[in-house]
Amino acid sequence: MENALNKQAVSDDLMILNMGPQHPSTHGVIRFVITGDGEVMQRAVPHVGYLHRGIEKLAEGLPYPSFVPFTDRVDYLAAMFANHGYAMAVERLLGIEVPRRAEYLRVIVSELNRIASHLIGVGAMAMDIGAFTPFLHGIREREKLNDIIEELCGARLTYNYIRVGGVSFDFPQGLDAKIRAFLDTFEPLMEEFDRLITVNEILVKRCANVAVIDAETAKSYGLVGPNLRGSGVDWDLRRDLPYSAYPDFEFNVCLGRGFRGTLGDAYDRFIVRVQEMQESVKIIRQALDGLPEGEIKGKLPRKLKPAKGEAYGAVESARGELGYHVISDGTDKPYRVKIRAGSFNATSIVEHASRGLMIADLVVLIASLDVIAPEIDR
Amino acid sequence: MDNPYVALLFSFSFAIIFSLVFVNLSRIFGQSRPESEKLDTYECGAPPIGNARTRISVKFYMVAILFILFDIEAVFVYPWAVSLRSFVAKGMGTFVFVEMLIFLGMLFLGWLYVLKRGALKWD
Amino acid sequence: MGDFFEYLKSQWSFAQEHPALAFFLLVVGYGIVMIGFFSAFAGPVTWVERRVAGRMQCRIGPNRVGPHGFLQWLADGLKNFLKEDLIPNAADKILFRIAVYPVFAGVFLTFVVLPLGPWIVGADLSVGVVYLLAVTALVVTGIIMSGWASNSKWSLLGGIRSAAQMVSYEVAAGMALLTAIIPAGSLSFQDIIEHQGGWPWQWLVVYSPATFLAFFVYFTASLAEGNRTPFDLPEAESELVAGYNTEYSGMRFLFFAFAEWANLYVIGAVITAVFLGGWRIPGVDIATQTNNIWLQFAGAAIFLTKASVLVFVTIWLRWTLPRLRVDQLMLMCWKYFVPFGIGLVVLSLFWQVLAAAVPTWVTSAISVLLTLAGAALVAGMFWRAWYNIRAGKDAPVYTWLI
Repeated sequence: MENALNKQAVSDDLMILNMGPQHPSTHGVIRFVITGDGEVMQRAVPHVGYLHRGIEKLAEGLPYPSFVPFTDRVDYLAAMFANHGYAMAVERLLGIEVPRRAEYLRVIVSELNRIASHLIGVGAMAMDIGAFTPFLHGIREREKLNDIIEELCGARLTYNYIRVGGVSFDFPQGLDAKIRAFLDTFEPLMEEFDRLITVNEILVKRCANVAVIDAETAKSYGLVGPNLRGSGVDWDLRRDLPYSAYPDFEFNVCLGRGFRGTLGDAYDRFIVRVQEMQESVKIIRQALDGLPEGEIKGKLPRKLKPAKGEAYGAVESARGELGYHVISDGTDKPYRVKIRAGSFNATSIVEHASRGLMIADLVVLIASLDVIAPEIDR
Repeated sequence: MDNPYVALLFSFSFAIIFSLVFVNLSRIFGQSRPESEKLDTYECGAPPIGNARTRISVKFYMVAILFILFDIEAVFVYPWAVSLRSFVAKGMGTFVFVEMLIFLGMLFLGWLYVLKRGALKWD
Repeated sequence: MGDFFEYLKSQWSFAQEHPALAFFLLVVGYGIVMIGFFSAFAGPVTWVERRVAGRMQCRIGPNRVGPHGFLQWLADGLKNFLKEDLIPNAADKILFRIAVYPVFAGVFLTFVVLPLGPWIVGADLSVGVVYLLAVTALVVTGIIMSGWASNSKWSLLGGIRSAAQMVSYEVAAGMALLTAIIPAGSLSFQDIIEHQGGWPWQWLVVYSPATFLAFFVYFTASLAEGNRTPFDLPEAESELVAGYNTEYSGMRFLFFAFAEWANLYVIGAVITAVFLGGWRIPGVDIATQTNNIWLQFAGAAIFLTKASVLVFVTIWLRWTLPRLRVDQLMLMCWKYFVPFGIGLVVLSLFWQVLAAAVPTWVTSAISVLLTLAGAALVAGMFWRAWYNIRAGKDAPVYTWLI
């Protein structure tokens, strides 16, 4: 079908352009086949699967706790959420109670990770629009976050920190002071970032009214997270399906309001991410203030053998709902693990949203959806 | 010998000789291990579909036409602008000013027509 | 060059005996100096750009080859020199090979008319400004050749975008230059410089409100002509991979880059010559400067300083701003810049006619006022930069200021 369409396009004298897998702004190995007259596109069809590693299938051959390091590879920009979702699903399957301190630690590292991921998201979007500097300013802050998390668990990218039943390490001495110090410098730097790029008139002109996704379309394509909220849909798992320690904290759910154009345009999605970083800072401060004492790991049997059944654990990842559906057949290995990732749905909307855009707008659309290749393909 | 264009001719030759020599020296000194993947056209790692020499957006053609129109008009103004001062000195300032105003006014009308016809609309 | 040759003849008996040979030697020597100047500017400016970018992006930039990495450009050149010269199978081989030469020649030829002093100039053409616009068109030819010959879609898009953008902004740039030429009354760069004075309030940029605005129009338009951010669409790496030079490698690629960075100097030098007083030294009249060779060099230093400041501003802009979209770019040119340029020409004409009718102190007062306005603008820019660097750490966002 695709080939037939391409043949038709060639005979119609349209240009068919491969964007990806090796292209600077596809954010990983994704391929888009663009049909158009060179600048204005008729459509852009995403082709996924270049980064497929069969993680879901790997889970079926591994004991429950051994799969946690693999979940890191589902979303390497926000691996904490990938750990967390899986751990939650297995905990629900086993009926384990997680200690309060572990839940707080989970929230703190998750929100730190959200900031790191969003810094890359907004920075890469600015870079795709041509401003190189904001990206590196984001990277600089992310390095500090990586240092903090490295001190906590020894890893900078694939953490393997949130385990089934709790977390792997407690805070080393003085780390909470370091996190506070980071937050204190980060908040003014966010304003500097805003002055540098968020309110830049060229960026606004490039993003406002571009690639508008209205609320209905967003819902029907199953968009989640900042992409959904950018379209004005008030839905955040942290508040609406509370998990972990989130009910203890006060925070706002940031929504797109058509800041400088139409509701649901690329600029709204950009702004939602910028604002979510500020909300994350709030959450981390509350969590650090109220960090309870106690165990960091719940009571676990020596061998995890859940009873026959199934469970679903979903977290609000930096890219939206990241859900694990784990089915047990009573052995020590899962019968099936299904991962529901936000990026996959976000990629699927590209074909719909890209009609009539220009190539430069497609780049903005992809960047504003903040898709990352490993989460699409798993 | 006072002709400044001699220097231009020499400069042009220098530029061409310099670049020719260096590009071709690099062909001698540089390595050459061609293979079919290397010599393939770059299309982000996927085999190209169709030819690159297809029709391209007509907008670029419009821009080219507009350029020819406006640049030629602009070139007309140059010699006139150079001699304006001498006209003003002779007291004919107002006359040439009004004359040029009419010329530029017509140019402006042309621009208005282009704009109203939507030659600059991209979607 | 003619004046200098006459001077040489008066000083050097060999030149009197064999004027043709001496002239030939002079021209060859001059050519070598020009190539040297060209390389000596285009090379280090790549290093400067990378160091400045490094500073702006909180990283270091090249610092390994030579002191502070200064010789990085030589290392890069050598590396590219030893690289394989790939020509894709699908390419139009002849066009692909020759495309670099017009690009390089086009930028190099502009160097000929840009004067550094009364004598330090390749050729003082009576049609200097028109010549400049004409040879710049050679660059467009080369770029569109490279884009077409590569037979790669990305190259083609880059080439076509580049051509459209460069020719469009040439109209705007031409109008802006015209605005400044009207008061100078000549197309020769030397005459335009001689028309101005050394002090800032004698520069053409503050001669009238029209030239003041034309300065900004020309600066923006020349950024677009030079494919610099925010108008770097032809080589927008996040959209078109590398634009028209996607398929190029080795020395051919180097020459494209070479021309592009040398073009930075052209942008700075043309603005310096036409708007910012060129090589004039404050308080020194032209005759004194012409007759004293050291004052000539001092003038050249002043010229290069002004040009370098402008080059720094271009680099600064590149690492700060995002880029426009191609339709916004074209619309900006044709909808705003071109009619605005025409308006400026009319205003400049009007000013010229009016200036003959009013007493001199009125025009002088306006020049001084415009100088103050310009100084305020520059001061505001630096204050803003300083604020962003130091003081703004805990200040709220003022969208109206940016």
